[in-house]
Formats: sequence, structure tokens, C-alpha cells
Amino acid sequence: MADAHAHSLTAVTPFQFYTSFVLQEATGFRAATLPRLVKLLHRVPEACIYHHTHYFLLSHHYLTPEPTHDFAYWVTEVLGDEALGERLASIDILEFNSLAKIRVILVKTIEDHLAQHPTARFRFVSEGEEFFFIKSVQVVMPTQETASSLAEFAEALSRVSLSSLYFHIFDARLRLGRSTNDFARWCEEQLGETTLAKELIALDPYAHSLEALRSMIIALVRQRVG
Amino acid sequence: MTLDQYRPFVGPSTLRELRWLAEHLNGRRICCVNATKTGGGVAEILHRMIPLLRELGLDVWWEVLEGHPAFYQATKKLHNALHGKPETLTPEMQQTLIEVNQRNLSRLNLDADIVFIHDPQPIALVEARRQVGRHWLWRCHIDLTYAQRDAWEFLRPYVQRYDAAVYSAPAFARPLAIRQILIAPSIDPLSDKNKELSPETINDVFAHLGIPQDRPIVTQVSRFDYLKDPIGVVEAFRLVRRSIRCRLVLAGGPASDDPEGEEILAKVRERVGSDPDIHLLMLPPDSHTEINALQRGSTVIVQKSLREGFGLTVAEALWKGKSVVASAVGGIPLQVKHRYSGLLVHSIEGAAHAIKQCLRNPEFAKQLGENGREHVRQNFLLTRHLRDYLMMFLTLGRSEDMMTLNGS
Repeated sequence: MADAHAHSLTAVTPFQFYTSFVLQEATGFRAATLPRLVKLLHRVPEACIYHHTHYFLLSHHYLTPEPTHDFAYWVTEVLGDEALGERLASIDILEFNSLAKIRVILVKTIEDHLAQHPTARFRFVSEGEEFFFIKSVQVVMPTQETASSLAEFAEALSRVSLSSLYFHIFDARLRLGRSTNDFARWCEEQLGETTLAKELIALDPYAHSLEALRSMIIALVRQRVG
Repeated sequence: MTLDQYRPFVGPSTLRELRWLAEHLNGRRICCVNATKTGGGVAEILHRMIPLLRELGLDVWWEVLEGHPAFYQATKKLHNALHGKPETLTPEMQQTLIEVNQRNLSRLNLDADIVFIHDPQPIALVEARRQVGRHWLWRCHIDLTYAQRDAWEFLRPYVQRYDAAVYSAPAFARPLAIRQILIAPSIDPLSDKNKELSPETINDVFAHLGIPQDRPIVTQVSRFDYLKDPIGVVEAFRLVRRSIRCRLVLAGGPASDDPEGEEILAKVRERVGSDPDIHLLMLPPDSHTEINALQRGSTVIVQKSLREGFGLTVAEALWKGKSVVASAVGGIPLQVKHRYSGLLVHSIEGAAHAIKQCLRNPEFAKQLGENGREHVRQNFLLTRHLRDYLMMFLTLGRSEDMMTLNGS
């Protein structure tokens, strides 16, 4: 709901928009079967878990519907186990607030499937089509965009790159260990906008393309300031 | 070309970010080294990339290794062996490779903050790292998935002396103690090979090359190299033509470091015989507009490689909104998400089936093409490539997974 008061509020600490860039690094770990995949899932760095469950959001954000995360895509399209692929794709990553927990649910889903379908362990892919574990190395830097009010915030958000949006939504929570996305946190802590913050938290970032997500956030903020 | 010319394709924020990243490199001195100034994807990328890196304030120069016919024969053998073809790299050939590298050390200016070596030919220059260069990077553009063991063992001691190896796809990475960075190559939307063309220009090129546009056209653009499997493409085409009337264009060109092109072309000619529906084109290296027009005027673009460093022709075709049928090798699966932005295949029969799917379902083919163009816009344009290089330079000597730069 529009609120004249919300329009005039100014934050003591302006919102500083950052952006992050992903440099991909090979780890040398590869899996041609499900048992090998699950074994490696136990030990690869968290940067790998993050990469394979999130990087597709940046690289394929324009597709509607978006393809699934890397584990589900590989299991379905390359290994050919559609039942497991479907189970992996249906994991609601938003429910998990740490990479450690995402790792656990991925491992459990695959191990449960192997227990229920013992022959699944014999599926394999040929050389060159294995699941290759990659890790994200991120370079983070501030942009020149800052905002002290909701109106300025909406304007700046419309100008920043999708990498910036990605940083404040996904990196903030899962790589920097913040309780929620940066936008909601700033609205609540700096402007006392509790309701707006809750609306921003309630958005499911995995269910929309990044461009759609940007539009939805801007719409919520503009609705608030009228 | 200037960075601002890319604004219509990538938007202003991408260009701003490139400039911020470059500011943190403080005009660092970077020397790129490869084995040829013309022909092939590597030279093409360097021709485009270096002026833009300079515009971003880096001091970049390009050195080219000088060799002789015996050296190029040896590097071709090494190249094929690294791609998995059974080849013997004799001790004499190895010696030739090393000697040419040593001889070039005295004539090349490698006095840089970062020496950026491309492909195996100049790899042994790293022996000079105690004398020149602060950081050394080895950029491997080759698909090493099936590399012959002897060939890789010849390279390995050199690779391990670099700060990092850089590959186009994760499948190429090897067990090594150094960092292994993944950077896909890119295409330039402003180049003659990729810029928009009018229908008249496209029609003129087809007419000039003697290719009637009376039926759907299936095209593969590649050097005449056995790794590109031109004969497999001919066989796949003949399977398609049993039920769909269409034409095949095989368009290739020579590269100065590839002595096998003519030999492979002769074999393809023999297989094609007098088939009037198959058009073999050996184009000069500067036929960029012709290649562009051929891709734009085709219905389906094929890239049926047996091995592939990356397969930039796939990105080129996707950028033109074409449906692509390509082998799931090398860097191609990074460009084509199966059934989203193209069709991945594993055999001649599979290629034929996929080509038929595209020819019989124009709406499906159109959707693949539209997704493919957007995928290239987001992930395979020169500006993304530049950004990756800048990040790689910035992270040299660092080990953390998340690195924060101060404001500028």
C-alpha cells in the first residue's frame, strides 16, 4: 500500500549496491555414475555446491521455464535417470539457508534413490560426458549506485546489472551467511519497513528469471512509496 | 572497434563493470603469445581482444612464434595427438618443438607482468620464467578429453611450471597441482562474420557461390579437418535426403598452421562425387561476410565434430538465431543446452534424426534458435570473455574463493 511517510524516509546508512563476477575453476573431480557423484558430493568444497545449484540462474536466466540446476540437468539429460532428475529438480532450495544443508539434501535424495532403485547405480555416461565439479571464485566490488530512500532504491535497482541483483539475493544469503537477502535487511534495519521487508523475503527467487525478479522487487517498492 | 560499440548488445552496466575491473589492474603489462597471426579461432580472438584490453588501460602486446615446416608438422602431430588421434611424436619432433621455442626466446619480448601463452606450440617458452615475466598463464584451446598419453606427458612438465592453466571446458582439465581456470571463448557481434546482413547481401553471396536457395539448406562451417568429421556430415545429410529434399553446404578454409586441409578436402570430394545437392566450398581466410551469409541463409547449422576445442562456429550460428545440431563434444555442450537451445548428438544417425526434427518442425527450430541467440548474448559475447580475463588477471596470486575489491 502506498504511504507518504515511506516516500520521505531516509536511511542513515545508504544502500550500497555491489556486484559480483564469477570465475569458474575446475576441481579435477568428475563422476560418471551416481555412486561416484554422491561420494564426491560429500567432499567437494561448498563453492562447488553453490556453483552447481546457482550458477545456472545467471547463465540461463532468460529461459522460461528455466532449466533445472546442474545436478538435476545432468541426471536427467545425460545420465538418463528421469525419476531421480525430477526429485532433484523439485528440491526447494529456498528452504535451506546454508550450503551445508543443501549438500545434505542433495546427498540424501541421491542415496534414497539408490536404496530404492539398486540398479540405478549401474547407469554410467561415456568419457567426456561426466559430471565435472566446478567451483565459483567470486570477485565482489561496489558499484557506483547507492540509495538513501525507497524511491532512489527503485531507480538504482533498475540500472544495476543482473550480477548485482544476483549478489544481493543469492550470494548474501548463501555465501556471506546473512539471514536474508540484502534488500529486505536494509529496508527493515535502515527504514523500519517491516512489511515491505517481509514481502521481499516472501519472493521466491528460484521461481522467476532474474529480470522478472528485478521487476517484481521494483514494483513492490514503488507500490510502497506510491 | 571500441567498447561503446557493444552497448546495444550488452547494455551500459556491463561496460561500466568492465572499466571498474580494469581500473584495479593499474595498467598491468600483458604479453600474449601464439603460433599464427591468421586462421583459426585463437588468432581471431586475439585480434579482437587485444585492442579492447588496451582501451581498458592495460599494456598488452602480441608476439607470434616463428617456426619452419618441420616445426608445423610436429605441432600438427602434437595437436592431433592431444585431440586423441593415434600419432607418434618422435624424439626428433619433440626436439624440434623445444628448439624452436628456445630460438624464439631471444627474439620475443616477454618482459611482462603476465605472459599469456596460447596453445601447445609456444608452451616451452615457460623455461624462461626465471628471467622474464612475473606470472605465466597457459591458455589451452584444445579438447584434451581423449589426449594421447605420450603427448600429454610431453606437455605436463611445462604446464606445471605455469601459475594456472586455462581451459574452455571442464572436461579438458587434468590432474594438476596448479589452478585450472575455465574460460569459454567468445564471438564478436561486430565482426564481419557476425554482424547483421541484409537479405540482398545474403542472396548475393549464395548466388555468387552458386548455391541455389530453392530448398532448405543444411550447413557446416569448419576447416577441412578429420576432427570436424566432414564425411560424417555428408553421410548424415544423405540419410536426411531420403525423406526431405534439401541441400548441404560444407564451407571451410585453410589456416597457415594446418598442413592437412587439402588432403582432407580431397577425401571429402571423393566421397561427394558428382552429387549436385552437396556444395563444397574452400574459402579464403578473409571470407567472413561469405561465412556470415551462409550461416544466415541456412535452415539448420551442423557441427558434427569428433573433437572440439570449443566450436565457435556453434556460437556464431546460435547468435544468428539458427537451430543447431551439434556433437556433444568439447565445449559444445556449454553452448547448446539439449532441447533448449539446440540438439546434441552422438552419431551420424543421431545427427540425421536431429536435422530432420528441425526441418520438419519449423516452430520448434525457431524456438531453439531464439533461445540460442539469447544464450550467446548472455554468455558467449566478447565482453563476457574480456570480463573473465580481467578477473583471472586480478586473482593471480590469490587463493580465496571470494575476493572483494575496494571501490574506485
